[in-house]
Amino acid sequence: MSRLSPDNEELARTIIGRYPRSRSALIPLLHVAQEQEGWVSRDAMAHIAELLGITPAEVLGTCSFYGMFKLEPVGRYVVGVCTNISCLLLGGEELLEHCEARLGVKAGATTDDGMFTLEDVECIAACTDAPCLQVNYRYFLNITHDQVDALFDDLRAGRRTDEVPVHGTLTRVRQHVAPERWSGHGAEGLPLPPGQAR
Amino acid sequence: MAEQTEQATKTTVTVVLDGREIEANPGELVIAAAERNGVYIPRFCYHPRMRPVGMCRMCIVEIDSGRGPALQPSCMLPVAEGMKVDTQSALTKKAQDGVLEFLLINHPLDCPVCDKGGECPLQDQTLAFGPGETRFVEEKRHFEKPIPISELVYLDRERCVLCDRCTRFAKEVAGDPLISFIDRGNHTQVNTFPDDPFSSYFSGNTVQLCPVGALLARPYRFRARPWDLDQVESTCTACAFGCRVALQSSANRLVRKLGVDVDPVNQGWTCDKGRFDFEAVNSDDRLGTPLVRSTAGPVNGNGGSPVDLAPTSWSEAWDRVIEGIGRARLRPGPESIAVLGGARLTNEDAYAWSKLARSVLATDSVDAQLGDGLPAEVVVGLPRASIDAACAAETVLLLAPDLKEELPVLYLRLRQAVVDGGLNLVEVSPVATGMTPYATVSVRYRPGEAAEVVRALVSGDGGVGAGGQSDAMRRAGELLRKGSLVCVLGRPSLAERAQPIAAAAAAVLDALPATTFLSALRRANVHGALDMGLAPGILPGRVSLDEGRRWFAEAWPAVPASRGLDAEGIIAAAAEGRVACLILLGADPLADFPDRSLARRALAGAGFVIAVDSFLTASSRRADVVLPAATYGEKGGTTTNIEGRVSRLHQKITAPGTARPDWMIAAELAWRLGGDLGFGSEDEVWDEIERLAPSHHGLTRARLASAEGFDGLLAGGVAEVGDHDAPPTMSGADAPGIQGPLGHTKDDSLATTGMGHDVHPDPQAGAEPAGAPAGVARAEAAAGAGGSGYADGDTPGEVERDADAVERSVEAEGSGRSGAFRPSGGGGDRGSTPQRPSPLRWSLVEPPPSPPPLDRYSLRLVSARKLYDDGTLVQNSPSLVPLAPGARIRVNPADLSPLGVVAGSKLQVSSSQGRVVLEAAPDPAVPQGSAVVAFNQPGPGAADLIDSTQPVTEVRIETLSGASGPTP
Repeated sequence: MSRLSPDNEELARTIIGRYPRSRSALIPLLHVAQEQEGWVSRDAMAHIAELLGITPAEVLGTCSFYGMFKLEPVGRYVVGVCTNISCLLLGGEELLEHCEARLGVKAGATTDDGMFTLEDVECIAACTDAPCLQVNYRYFLNITHDQVDALFDDLRAGRRTDEVPVHGTLTRVRQHVAPERWSGHGAEGLPLPPGQAR
Repeated sequence: MAEQTEQATKTTVTVVLDGREIEANPGELVIAAAERNGVYIPRFCYHPRMRPVGMCRMCIVEIDSGRGPALQPSCMLPVAEGMKVDTQSALTKKAQDGVLEFLLINHPLDCPVCDKGGECPLQDQTLAFGPGETRFVEEKRHFEKPIPISELVYLDRERCVLCDRCTRFAKEVAGDPLISFIDRGNHTQVNTFPDDPFSSYFSGNTVQLCPVGALLARPYRFRARPWDLDQVESTCTACAFGCRVALQSSANRLVRKLGVDVDPVNQGWTCDKGRFDFEAVNSDDRLGTPLVRSTAGPVNGNGGSPVDLAPTSWSEAWDRVIEGIGRARLRPGPESIAVLGGARLTNEDAYAWSKLARSVLATDSVDAQLGDGLPAEVVVGLPRASIDAACAAETVLLLAPDLKEELPVLYLRLRQAVVDGGLNLVEVSPVATGMTPYATVSVRYRPGEAAEVVRALVSGDGGVGAGGQSDAMRRAGELLRKGSLVCVLGRPSLAERAQPIAAAAAAVLDALPATTFLSALRRANVHGALDMGLAPGILPGRVSLDEGRRWFAEAWPAVPASRGLDAEGIIAAAAEGRVACLILLGADPLADFPDRSLARRALAGAGFVIAVDSFLTASSRRADVVLPAATYGEKGGTTTNIEGRVSRLHQKITAPGTARPDWMIAAELAWRLGGDLGFGSEDEVWDEIERLAPSHHGLTRARLASAEGFDGLLAGGVAEVGDHDAPPTMSGADAPGIQGPLGHTKDDSLATTGMGHDVHPDPQAGAEPAGAPAGVARAEAAAGAGGSGYADGDTPGEVERDADAVERSVEAEGSGRSGAFRPSGGGGDRGSTPQRPSPLRWSLVEPPPSPPPLDRYSLRLVSARKLYDDGTLVQNSPSLVPLAPGARIRVNPADLSPLGVVAGSKLQVSSSQGRVVLEAAPDPAVPQGSAVVAFNQPGPGAADLIDSTQPVTEVRIETLSGASGPTP
């Protein structure tokens, strides 16, 4: 449980400056928080509320709406096994059971070493390549039980980290937006209506 | 061609509603237009005072907008020309039935143990529009129930139907979005952020808004069943804003107060203090019997404690009172009698005491304020604005304490005007307030320097004044001069004197003569008390003593020859032993007078102290006689709000023991002193006010009791702001009567039982004060009425009386234009009847004292009240007691850091009056050189520091380690 680090707070202020209204930066900031801890802690939400001039309840309302923001600690790798119709027909259920056996946890739980969180997920839009799963939202298509074993072994041994970064890692919010492309309402831009926090 | 012309001039939209043509207003929502035309469409989420969201789907009806009929949510769709709406079709009914079946899927149906049962819109609408039984056999969702989401509100998430009313209210209306929808889909729930309670001053409104039993108020939970409740319309007196409320009781105890939607005032809302302060009325500590100081105990002042006050009978208490007053009258004389307080009273009570003081006690030293407001002439004599006028103005100048703390619903109204209507708010204050986030410009002044800063603002001389603010000063000045301007005027801080604020008001009026003013004094009926003459030099009806002397001399036995002392004068005189008899009318100077050490000396120095109060307060504990007074909900009458709006109060319960209304105490005291106030009921008092008080002329009882009077009537000829085209009113408001908690149906039995505006019981009809005066008064009224039409004391029927009154008012209005009136029919010399006096106009007489030069070792003290404080109402309402935040000293971190002080450490704060130990709270919002201590919080605090004789109070802070003073 911690607030945003000084570096991330700096990044947060930059992101806020890109929007006409500060609260538009809410979701990007939640991503920053999740990247920092692997999940979104209460302290981080309270900190984001402070930065945006809104209440923590509003931050929680938005954050809890999206399943990809984790409100509890999760493993370094979040494994989502699809058991929707196409995958089901091609062995999705069996794949999930195999993962459960291999990791020693039921779907929804995290391994004791904090490496893996296993999830039973609905369709992830890769039906042509069923059965499939995601690790930290990176796809593994037409996957066999052996390949799953190898994947888990590699991740546990610290291999394939380029292919699968730790949970929460983002690329998009770190994009560089040149100041001249910032909205006119930015940090020192046009005045906002009264009562509207920047 | 003719058709085109008709089209061009037509200002309404014709809609076919259930087969008949109705005229709707352009932009009006279908659900609202239908309701105005007598067709009720069921709903849960729609509320006329909030933006529609179409959450609950209950209001779907078949609507044909030209492309064939289809089911559409009527709360989201504005009317259109030629639109056909069918609220009764088979499809509509099937859809509504289906929506209800879905809403009930997760509803626990625990109605038998639910407080809402019996007045529940979900129950009612299921009965009227829903399925007889459910087809859902699966497990419903479960939550821990109920959970407290604040000190006052419980939340039962199982019952919630996710209508978004509470969350919308918190965000849109209150501006405190501390509750929110959490999670998604079937898991959606309303909740707070963990450990961050819904600590809004307006949280109780969500309980009233909730269309199911999901939100419950702690003070009402499991207290009563709706069908056992009895209710009257009344007006809240927790502050001076005058919210209209429904007051509900069960078994002679108040159990609930609900906001009533009155467009020009509270628009349905109340603050939590107003909503829950009825607990104080029910308190076991209420006085039900007179108390006298036993002769064995300390005589007065020092060491007075409740054990020294012994219960007694009224007759013995009266003997002591008469003896005390008699001695003072004899020596040194009537001018040594002083009356403090009266803001707790009704208008009728205040008038009776005003008349008693002037004509029987023969003193003009009366003051309803306690040196904590503004000079009475300023409040009474400035050109007035209504609340609506302030909200509709181009710019509002705020020269007042924190409205969110002192007049919370005025804060809501102004906030809404800023957010929705583009009102420009210019705040001039010593520190940031709850209004600051909504201010277009905030200008800070150093305590004591308000007049200079305002003068610079209005003159456009932006360079003068507080340094570094020239840009803000310039913008503020431009806004003030831009268009219509209303100044909200109050006392921003009790640690500086009122004169600079009065001088600032004078400067505004001088530079911008079209400015009108809205008072921001907060105490209950302080405006009514001032209007009734409970201030030195002012007679009832907002006239000066000199101007009104001839007029009142006709009607009253006597009028004092010269002006008396105000509260500061009375307290100072008492401290010097020059007040032989001090009467406290619900006043507690030890708590409310800004300078506690002076107040303490005053109570010790006053010869004989009579307290008329509902509770034993710090001050009334030191009285020689305490007379128990009936209070809110225990008496009828009228009250007056900040804009001068007179609205009615009603009795709902009986007072404890032998406590009685203040006017009755005044009448009996007059009689025992050999005088006669000449009235025997509240109604008779009001009739006399209407007849004699120039500003209240024409505000007859009949008008107050009529549909027009439901909103209250503005006294003093202040005009209502025209049409309210804005939000549609709550259902049923067109046929006045108080709505049920939701206001969702006109047929709601709770909403109408005993509540119809014309059928409410008249609580005072037939009420006789104990003892003789009533009879005396009635006989007097009957005998002296000769031809004036006021001899209605014996008229049996209320209807007849009211008809009479209407006639009188019509008559009076007719002659009003000619300007000549007669004060009374009672024995006046017709030949030289004086003219009705004209109202007082205030203008600045003396320049304000200048503050001492700045001193780099001292901080200037700023002290204002919080909503929850150490006052009688809060401290006797168990639910509100924990909410008083306590006194801390807020100082800019730059002023604290040299001392090495961190948040939470104890500081010794000293001034010329004393020293107290307070917790330090570094706050960058406090300007450097100032220190903020909330007024009247439990324990030692601001009143122990403030020197009321100085223009500003300066304090020094020290760390405790270096201090030698007393520690707590």
